[in-house]
Amino acid sequence: MPEFQRFSYDVLVIGAGGAGLRAAIEAGAAGAKVGVVCKSLLGKAHTVMAEGGIAAALANVDDRDNWRVHFADTMRGGQYLNNWRMAELHAKEAPECVRELEAWGALFDRTTDGKILQRNFGGHRYPRLAHVGDRTGLEMIRTLQDHGIHTGMEVHMECTVLSLLLDGNRIAGACGYDRERGRFQLWDAKAVVLATGGIGRAFKVTSNSWEYTGDGLALAYRAGAELQDMEFVQFHPTGMVWPISVSGILVTEGVRGEGGVLRNSEGRRFMFDDIPDLYKEQTADSEEEGWRYTQGDKNARRPPELLTRDHVARCINREVKAGRGSPHGGVFLDISWIKERMPKSEEHIKRKLPSMYHQFKQLADLDITKEPMEVGPTTHYMMGGIRVDGDSQMSSVPGLFAAGEAAAGLHGANRLGGNSLSDLVVFGRRAGRFAAEFANANGPVTIDEEELQTAATAALAPFDRGPAGENPYQIQYDLQETMQDLVGIVRVESEMQQALDAIGQLSTRAERTGIAGNREYNNGWHTTIDIGNMMVVSEAITRAALLRKESRGAQFREDFPNKDSEWGKYNIVIRRSADGEMQVERRALTPMPDELKKVIEEMK
Amino acid sequence: MATPATFRIWRGNSAGGAFRDYTTAVEEGMVVLDAVHRIQAQQAPDLAVRWNCKAGKCGSCSAEINGMPSLMCMTRLSAIDLNMPVIVEPMHAFPVIRDLVTDVSWNFQAKKTIKQFKPRPPDAADGTWRIQQADVERVQEFRKCIECFLCQDVCHVLREHHKHDEFIGPRLLVYSAALEMHPLDTEDRVSDLRHKHNIGYCNITTCCRQVCPESITITENAIIPLKERVVDRYFDPLKRLFRIL
Repeated sequence: MPEFQRFSYDVLVIGAGGAGLRAAIEAGAAGAKVGVVCKSLLGKAHTVMAEGGIAAALANVDDRDNWRVHFADTMRGGQYLNNWRMAELHAKEAPECVRELEAWGALFDRTTDGKILQRNFGGHRYPRLAHVGDRTGLEMIRTLQDHGIHTGMEVHMECTVLSLLLDGNRIAGACGYDRERGRFQLWDAKAVVLATGGIGRAFKVTSNSWEYTGDGLALAYRAGAELQDMEFVQFHPTGMVWPISVSGILVTEGVRGEGGVLRNSEGRRFMFDDIPDLYKEQTADSEEEGWRYTQGDKNARRPPELLTRDHVARCINREVKAGRGSPHGGVFLDISWIKERMPKSEEHIKRKLPSMYHQFKQLADLDITKEPMEVGPTTHYMMGGIRVDGDSQMSSVPGLFAAGEAAAGLHGANRLGGNSLSDLVVFGRRAGRFAAEFANANGPVTIDEEELQTAATAALAPFDRGPAGENPYQIQYDLQETMQDLVGIVRVESEMQQALDAIGQLSTRAERTGIAGNREYNNGWHTTIDIGNMMVVSEAITRAALLRKESRGAQFREDFPNKDSEWGKYNIVIRRSADGEMQVERRALTPMPDELKKVIEEMK
Repeated sequence: MATPATFRIWRGNSAGGAFRDYTTAVEEGMVVLDAVHRIQAQQAPDLAVRWNCKAGKCGSCSAEINGMPSLMCMTRLSAIDLNMPVIVEPMHAFPVIRDLVTDVSWNFQAKKTIKQFKPRPPDAADGTWRIQQADVERVQEFRKCIECFLCQDVCHVLREHHKHDEFIGPRLLVYSAALEMHPLDTEDRVSDLRHKHNIGYCNITTCCRQVCPESITITENAIIPLKERVVDRYFDPLKRLFRIL
């Protein structure tokens, strides 16, 4: 019988990106004994890759900004499917969370009067993103990491969670193994926070790291929690498309915020061709006005390059399909043109976008101060996730919380850039606080030893089958191809039905994976666990996308190309039925209080 | 056009190991990590390698490529002579776990021994500070660090002399500098730098600065100013005289 190393906590946080670390810090501050489990080394989570900035209505650059505008922008961006309570709390609490980061050592770029500087971003009415050049995520995760290590949290690095454990219907902790030696671990806990990030690895072209295999979502689903909004997968409009080995790697929206423009192979600035009615009032009608906006003119409206991500991604897709794409299947994103408008543009670009300059120089041998980049859509972010209570972040399983990308609600049908980093700290903090409260109010848990042994036996099965079994890397690759081709930016019923069949077959193959070698840092073995989770999220995305018969936000249905007001009344909620089948249903939105409705009306 | 290339990859664990040759097809635009992944997927499924971002932002895929400490994701194959086998091995300054993965946990433990950030009271009544961009920029250079630990790997005090118990190494000296030069910080780490972290062991060979993938001027901008602070405090004859008086 496999042995387990045992650890005991009040609050167990799974995931050590921005949300997980913020939750752990908060739970620790509330007096809880905190354990953190993460799949990579500390400080390597996907947060490190976030570039543009953190959205918060500090009003340092434009004093017309406040939480009400931020709230309305977020709801509009999410096409009103957002959990309005989360959007409200997020807009109200983000400024405080940014100031908190500064108090812990984060060093944001400054205004001339010494305040935190803010930049323009897609979907935000005013310059709202506090930033550090274009490496804001690194600044945030390092700040949280360096502050966190002095708070007493115990970090279990490079561990994979196999299963969440229940005591009756209540959460009781988790079990998993460490990558280094493959030793099984048990972390019992009175409350668990899932902060495991997204699902981008289910697709072939993605900006996400290897870790983004939907582990938290699959773990929660298996433990009985509900998932929501799974059809809304954000394709970031600008990933690198060349060279092929870097395809998918993100090019920050900050490039467009600083004046970068999108052009097709004919040199046309095509974003002016199709501006949605919802945004007509707020969008520049000339190149001249758009430029003035990016340079801080308060009387100018934003250029169409800064429309929401779903829209920009689809416009790029349209240009490529119409044969007006760049040589490698994208379009051109040009920041170098600003030399026509400003002296010393080279230094300006290097100072404002140092990480992009470096990335293109190193990986594509291209100088962005002199030449345009080739970009195209890349799978970037999951708006959907674990359904949680807007205030406490608790899921439908008592004691199980979720925060950050793993949780659904804040972003509705489409996330605005910059709202992710603020989501992490606002709801990481809330999840940590309420998890500690839950742990305080509830007694110790009992672990079901049989459940532990079942999880360990299942995890070891690929070794029993040996190298003759299915190659897990190949299954992962086939799943990514399936999702990319059949459940991507443009969706249609027949293709999604094909995808469901394919996922079914791949799941069967995934049960026959075989592994050579031993349990020591065996990447092949780790992949067998990841693909099990990827199957769950891929099926959930596809089923939700099939059910939502309309186009809204990140979901574009070729067979239902219009937005349908009837569908605007529902979220799609997924749960596991008693017989293990995936149940998909419409769930009516909670009515919005009148005062919030009024805010939205006023901001139109 | 895909052409075959050979990668000589170190395989083994703490008990020992050896180089093994793998031949795989390489295409235009590939980096070393792409080749390693291709070998892993097709020929060596249990090959151990760390990576996350594949864009030089996370510092996970540190290794030694043809003898040079490098990020596998930022080393383009077009910059390497593929007529010879490409030698890929784990970092030498840290114990091997398996294949290309080393135990870097010492860096995380050593970091905890550095006194944490301690800000001055806020400048404004609303609890915020006022800082000039020029004062931010100096420290932002150090805060670019992605903790790949390549500088630790190449540092002879750690690599050859194994002084991990006495010396924190260039990465953590950069971290100390970021704190010491932070415009809001009020903590004093000078005594620790001299007595606990032995900054004196660094004899400024600049190897660390040369391998830094973020081009941080580790030696000139971080370590030398810290050494100057130590010298000012402990070795300035005038100040010593004042202390005695």
